[in-house]
Amino acid sequence: MTHIAKPQGQIDLRRRSFVIGASAAGLAFGYAAVHGVTGLSDALAANSFGPTTWYSIAPDGKVTVMVGKAEMGQHVASAMAQIVAEELEADWRLMQISLPANDPKYNDPVLGALLTGGSWSVRMNFDAMSRAGAAGRTTLIEAGAAMMGVPAGECRASNSQVIHAKTGKKVSYGKIVADGKATKVWTPDDLKALKLKTPDQYALIGHSVPQLDIPSKTNGTAKYGIDAMVPGMLYGKPVVPPVRYGATVKSVDESDAKKVKGFVKAVTLDDKTATTTGWVVAVATTYEGAKKAAEALKINYDPGPNAKVSDQTLIDEAKKLQASDASGQLFVSSGDPAAAIGGAAKVLEAEYLTSINIHAPLEPMNALAYEQGGVWHVHTGNQFATRTGGIAAGALGIDPKNLVLHQYFIGGGFGRRLDADMVVPAVLAAKAVGKPVKVIYAREDDMAMDFTRPLTYQKVKAGLSAEGKLVGLQHDVVCAWPDERWGPEFLAESADKKAKLDAFTVNGADFWYSVPNHKVRAILNELAQRATPSGHLRSVAPGWTFWAVESMLDELAHAADKDPVDFRLAMLDGAGDNAGGAKRLANALRTAVGRSGYGAVSLPKNSGIGVACVSSQERATATWTACTAQVEVNPSNGEFKVNKLTLAMDLGTVVNPDGVRSQIEGSMLWGMSLALFEKAPLEDGALQVSNFDGYTPMRMSQMPDLDISIISSNDAASGCGEPGVTVIAPAIANAIFNAVGARVRSLPITAEAVKAAMKA
Amino acid sequence: MLTLTINGQAKQVDAADDTPLLWVIREHLQMTGTKFGCGAGLCGACTVHLDGTAVRSCQTSAKDAVGKKVVTIEGLGGGKPHPLQVAWVAEQAPQCGYCQSGQIMQAASLLAKNPDPTKQEIVTHMDGNLCRCMTYGRIQKAIIRAAADIRARSGS
Repeated sequence: MTHIAKPQGQIDLRRRSFVIGASAAGLAFGYAAVHGVTGLSDALAANSFGPTTWYSIAPDGKVTVMVGKAEMGQHVASAMAQIVAEELEADWRLMQISLPANDPKYNDPVLGALLTGGSWSVRMNFDAMSRAGAAGRTTLIEAGAAMMGVPAGECRASNSQVIHAKTGKKVSYGKIVADGKATKVWTPDDLKALKLKTPDQYALIGHSVPQLDIPSKTNGTAKYGIDAMVPGMLYGKPVVPPVRYGATVKSVDESDAKKVKGFVKAVTLDDKTATTTGWVVAVATTYEGAKKAAEALKINYDPGPNAKVSDQTLIDEAKKLQASDASGQLFVSSGDPAAAIGGAAKVLEAEYLTSINIHAPLEPMNALAYEQGGVWHVHTGNQFATRTGGIAAGALGIDPKNLVLHQYFIGGGFGRRLDADMVVPAVLAAKAVGKPVKVIYAREDDMAMDFTRPLTYQKVKAGLSAEGKLVGLQHDVVCAWPDERWGPEFLAESADKKAKLDAFTVNGADFWYSVPNHKVRAILNELAQRATPSGHLRSVAPGWTFWAVESMLDELAHAADKDPVDFRLAMLDGAGDNAGGAKRLANALRTAVGRSGYGAVSLPKNSGIGVACVSSQERATATWTACTAQVEVNPSNGEFKVNKLTLAMDLGTVVNPDGVRSQIEGSMLWGMSLALFEKAPLEDGALQVSNFDGYTPMRMSQMPDLDISIISSNDAASGCGEPGVTVIAPAIANAIFNAVGARVRSLPITAEAVKAAMKA
Repeated sequence: MLTLTINGQAKQVDAADDTPLLWVIREHLQMTGTKFGCGAGLCGACTVHLDGTAVRSCQTSAKDAVGKKVVTIEGLGGGKPHPLQVAWVAEQAPQCGYCQSGQIMQAASLLAKNPDPTKQEIVTHMDGNLCRCMTYGRIQKAIIRAAADIRARSGS
């Protein structure tokens, strides 16, 4: 039903040779960059060998895995190394990771780009990384056996050694590399013929090996983009306009800024990529100087066409669009829900809202840019190096081939660093002053110029039969479309093939419940699109679609006088298209519900347990997740406390159980933080947030108890960093209803809304 | 020219008196373990010790640090990993890691005074330190683990 859209230029590693040969680093292992490479000399002649390196082994035995993925705390680099090491039979203590620059050589094999998101990484790279490891091991065994003068067929590899059990001879990978004879080209057929381990043979996968990036993050040595330095570098502090998008700079008065020590120049950005509008960068010899100069600049703006846009005007526009049958494109279309609802015994209709939210990663946006010998270098941590490098080159008006984007650890991504704005002020300021410039956003700039989770307005209409069965459901989702702006190549065909739609605004609405008549419309809110450029915030659409779906499911269950768990389980029957997945989701739901004590424990007065279950992220890459929330409400003022969240997640193969648990912990708290504590209001075209006093993610004192069950199997590995975000809000809202009968339909949930709903 | 004592070493810095200590440490001295998060004392990413007390270096002027002992994450263990750093690895606490220098420095000032804190004392002491990845549970566990380690070493 849903498909992952793929950008152009994808490569299929199943049709590529795998090359092993000597390199500066020792022995290099990699997929050939071009088709038809059959020998190492060909590969070298085509200059395609270096560009394909995926890992290397040095003469001291250290194995370095090049990870073309953004390392932002999900420990994906470590997971990739774990997959290679499993088949390579490498000693985990000798493994290390390296984050390469934006060369297409490190592109994701499926996505065809350097892109990290969607909880896709492990799922999409598992097979290619496994075969890369196995080919390396086999080649090392052959070379090691030759060195020891024994038949390769009698040798095995373990802990970075080739071992001949009969004679007790051993040789380390490091020694084999130093010997320099381990070279081989694996054809695609050879690779395909490699027998990979079965799960019962895994020694690393499925085990909580220590994450390779963690030690450096405890002693100050981990390098983030903001830590990049080059000699002679200047500093830039952005001055951002009074509206989020559409302003232009009419004049800049530098007279007071010139009095600041070290002030160099105020650069008004002429951004040909239209990523930014109305930005100025104050450049100085120090960051404190740049900040003072930025404050001293007097800038006259034309605020542009969006200066009157607010949350309310966006909601008004959304309602108008939703009311028209002509609006939007169909994402799901099965049966005839209008007729089914028309003939239903009971009809429910409700509006669900979610606020604008910002990413606010703790490392503010930053980039260091300079030109050297005709090549531009940009240093910044980024989730989509392929696109971000293109934007930097576009702003400069140069060929992207002449620009290198240097990757760093990411001090919080959450989708924020899928965007590219931070490179624009850096490259344009560096070009204007002819020197390296490091631009660092103040927190205020970072928050005001976020590429937000869009404000969403959803309307759901559903009909119940006389027996209390859900016979038809219509779901309209109105919001800005991040991909229309950010990556039109990611837009998907509508269900009726009439037009394109942004599936990243409706994913999740194509749920796994069996509902005979079901339509989902994706409607672009053009006003929001112009005024508030939206981005991808951790979990993206399922963060709002499941808010509506799982709230409405609960409302329907109560209207049908059925238990909300039983009501869901009855529809997770695995019929037709829902075969397989629905049953796994039902199992996760039963697990979470069972562990929570739902229906079994006696709760204090005004307390309730609510349930929700989700199949985030996309239908094709679902992770089966269910959660219950135990909530206590103060009926006098509507204030409430989430005491406990109980979550169960079935994600197939679990590469690193502790790493998965860590991601689930963080994502659950993220979900609760978005549900209760985070809101970025829009007034006068500007996000009314500036720092962590006004935009307030969860603190330690606000943490509930967490109970997490990981359901693992030998099925394909799926993502664990996002589903937890999506399941929490509806579980909490459903718990509030069970506690005091108050139905809340707007995120974040406030005490006032609970109190008002109690009266209703 | 200001003279600062950072991690036991005297450092000469050509910075104005009112320059936040954060930028002196990070950019002038290029000791980048101390992080910039908010510039307003709201997140704790820039936490360092000034004469043993945890302070927000973005809210401390360089001049106010003159004559005092500044300790950053790079100097916390005095050459070997501090028990908190060991515990942080054992609990696999960091995700993106950006806040963790500040978290560890904040926690160290608690354990220096109180090697046996209650959970509530930990929460109260750490609540000003934001972790956007929300690794709070593991941070708590790591502090409890390190405290036990410190008590065991001191034989109390």
